[in-house]
Amino acid sequence: MSRTIVVAPVRKTVVVNATQQKAFDVFTSNMTRWWPATHTILEAPLKTTVLEPRKGGRWYQVGEDNSECGIGHVLAWEPPSRVLLAWRINADWQYDPDLTTEVEAKFIAEADNRTRVELEHRHLERMGEKGETARASVDAPGGWGAILEAFKHVAEA
Amino acid sequence: MAYETALAALADPTRRRVFEELRTGPRSVGAIAQRLPVSRPAVSQHLKVLKEAGLVADRPEGTRRVYHLDPKGLAAIRRWLDQFWDEAMSAFQQEVERQTETDEEGKSS
Repeated sequence: MSRTIVVAPVRKTVVVNATQQKAFDVFTSNMTRWWPATHTILEAPLKTTVLEPRKGGRWYQVGEDNSECGIGHVLAWEPPSRVLLAWRINADWQYDPDLTTEVEAKFIAEADNRTRVELEHRHLERMGEKGETARASVDAPGGWGAILEAFKHVAEA
Repeated sequence: MAYETALAALADPTRRRVFEELRTGPRSVGAIAQRLPVSRPAVSQHLKVLKEAGLVADRPEGTRRVYHLDPKGLAAIRRWLDQFWDEAMSAFQQEVERQTETDEEGKSS
């Protein structure tokens, strides 16, 4: 019997004191300045995170040794209100051109100088499509979630 | 039980730090050893215990092995992304506001 597990999207909202255009520009063309440098599948220290500013543009990272790895592509480019990105890093931490999880960022002007940015990373269940074990362990008592939760309690105790 | 094995594996503070190093992305033994005051053989030993407990997995990459959090549970991936986007959006917010302040200083001078 085949079951489909839908993993809840990750959603984040921040409000910034800046125009919609400014918020869009920093998100898309200044990614290196805000992307956490610790988060990369490159082995070398991270030098830049690049998003090519057009539909179909590449989204990738470059290490200090000039090694490169892809993150995904631009699926929709609608400045200054929306950008939709394909995130193609799979559950084995490899770039997978056949995987499409979506990262959507919406920029909503709330006042002249205030913009709400809503981010959603969705279709995460697609990361588990290749393995039945991945599906099973989501529901398993004592699965990963529970382990980390318990670990957190231990760490905080 | 796997659950208890995992908790026991994480009870050791050094091993917990090795595990924590992998929360931000996959790393080789050498890369982990560089960031912690622990020798390579000791890191390898800790990773072996973590692997047996089902907490980490590895794959060969050339002549070395690269370790990552065991991805069998999608819940782990979601948790990782949730934490990642939290940090990223907070850093994004700070960067926008830093740049906005700089722009305003530029206008008034």
